[in-house]
Amino acid sequence: MPRTSDPALPRIIIDSVDKTFILRHTHSFKESFIAKLQKKKTTTSFSALSDIGFTVQEGESVALLGYNGSGKSTLLKLISGVMRPDSGRILTRGRVAGLIEVGAGFHPDLSGRENVYLNAAILGMNKDEIDRRFNDIVEFSEIGEFIDTEVKHYSSGMFVRLAFSVAIHTELDILLVDEVLAVGDAPFREKCKKKIQELTDQGKTMLVVSHDVDMVTQVCKRGIVLRDGKVCFDGAVNDAVASMQGNGA
Amino acid sequence: MSQKFPADLSEFTVPGHSRGIIDALSYRYLLRLLIRKGTLTRYHGSVLGWVWSYVKPAAQFLVFYLVFGFFLGLNKGIDNFPIYLFSGMIAINLFGEAFGNATRSIVDNTALVQKIYLPRELFPISAVIVAFVHFLPQVLILVIVCLFAGWVPTLVGIASIILGMLIVVTLAIGLGLFFGAINVAFRDAQNLVELILLFATWTSPVLYAWTMVADKVSPWVFNLYLSNPLTSAVELFHAGFWFSTTTGSLPQPPHLAAFSLIGLLISLIILAIGQLVFKRLEGHFAQNL
Ligand SMILES: Nc1ncnc2c1ncn2[C@@H]1O[C@H](COP(=O)(O)OP(=O)(O)OP(=O)(O)O)[C@@H](O)[C@H]1O
Ligand SMILES: [Mg+2]
Repeated sequence: MPRTSDPALPRIIIDSVDKTFILRHTHSFKESFIAKLQKKKTTTSFSALSDIGFTVQEGESVALLGYNGSGKSTLLKLISGVMRPDSGRILTRGRVAGLIEVGAGFHPDLSGRENVYLNAAILGMNKDEIDRRFNDIVEFSEIGEFIDTEVKHYSSGMFVRLAFSVAIHTELDILLVDEVLAVGDAPFREKCKKKIQELTDQGKTMLVVSHDVDMVTQVCKRGIVLRDGKVCFDGAVNDAVASMQGNGA
Repeated sequence: MSQKFPADLSEFTVPGHSRGIIDALSYRYLLRLLIRKGTLTRYHGSVLGWVWSYVKPAAQFLVFYLVFGFFLGLNKGIDNFPIYLFSGMIAINLFGEAFGNATRSIVDNTALVQKIYLPRELFPISAVIVAFVHFLPQVLILVIVCLFAGWVPTLVGIASIILGMLIVVTLAIGLGLFFGAINVAFRDAQNLVELILLFATWTSPVLYAWTMVADKVSPWVFNLYLSNPLTSAVELFHAGFWFSTTTGSLPQPPHLAAFSLIGLLISLIILAIGQLVFKRLEGHFAQNL
């Protein structure tokens, strides 16, 4: 029975999700076989996420905080579909663009131009969409005349600029960003912050992982803190930062 | 907690689930770019580039011609033996390159598989198509040689060649999906593939005539031999390219059309099994790489 007070449909639903990694110690048929014979354990398991549950609404920008190894990247990979949860469920509504690592789809031997097309297609755009946005992408990245140079001759900053620029110009409803802005210089980061603000104003949903507290508090309103694979805080971003830093020591 | 979730979930999708090859083929533009990438970067940094794709098969044919046709006089009962050899060989070359590329494709694309979700069938499929693109220059060389030997293309001949290619490509995608998925966890798969290729070369009538097998084994073994999809593919290539340049002293194997359809059917079954295994293992690719 739908109630009138039903909240708007969320963009991301995460419902009691667990993820356990099985670490295999063998990598060939022979090793596995010998280990079996010797009754040695061939695997150990490690719980990276346990009982995670939250929803993200349309137009919300959420910072995912936590120390190294707390499971932030793993959670983003589950949301983008790169990995699957062991139990629980994840549901998304709309087009997801995951920026788990910038330039994952870039090929060093191809030019910037060819890489823009390749990467945008990987993020789900078709040729017409890319043609239409190509100039915006190049302009935002400030790559200029280097666009026809092979990407392997780019500096790491240029690389990130172009890759990030492709990602934010894709047709998307949900953007997942994992620690990719750290390489850009200060002016470019400033520009990215503005762009992210603009995207949230347009109603796009953001999930940002970053250790850069300043940046996160500026672009996000809500913060979720992970510790050892569990949600230990979920609320206003300033309180989240305080909670993480307060309990850290 | 769960009462907070909306009742109507029809607009939602579960990330990371696809309908396999069908979804992969719907990424047509990306598939095209991946193929372009595979063909553009192959000869990266070489001056002659694509010329190599013509030089290599031409040299191979020249060696066959000189050694087998001229020095050894190994033409026992096979007219135009160098053409016989070469037309069978390129079928096996296509299979070898396509199957090998597809098996390595998931591991080769580690960066993408671990960071962005795509229907992963895209990688073996584009690997096989790239192999096919590199096979075309070999066909061209063969066509030129055949024209010199008095080859007259016929509709049936061309249909045979296309059917042969279809069998090889289907089989390569099927086996590539299967071994590509296994290769993620066990890199042994790559070496197993080389072994399979060795068998493929010697158990199909590339270097000898099918009559030599028929003379030595019992009829049911021979039927088994002809049911091998690669045997039919090689014989279809012989039928399309080589047969019309001969006097017909070596006839075509019995029931070639029927055995070709059996070969195609077996390839399709292997494709279905490959897809099933691939789907089963796909969920673990990102974490096992
Ligand atoms: N493919 C994998 N196989 C095994 N263990 C893994 C795998 N991926 C991640 N882990 C483990 O899961 C835990 C969480 O990793 P994750 O990358 O999610 O951390 P993180 O919060 O992103 O850390 P960081 O701040 O350093 O980026 C780590 O202990 C890591 O070793
Ligand atoms: Mg991380």
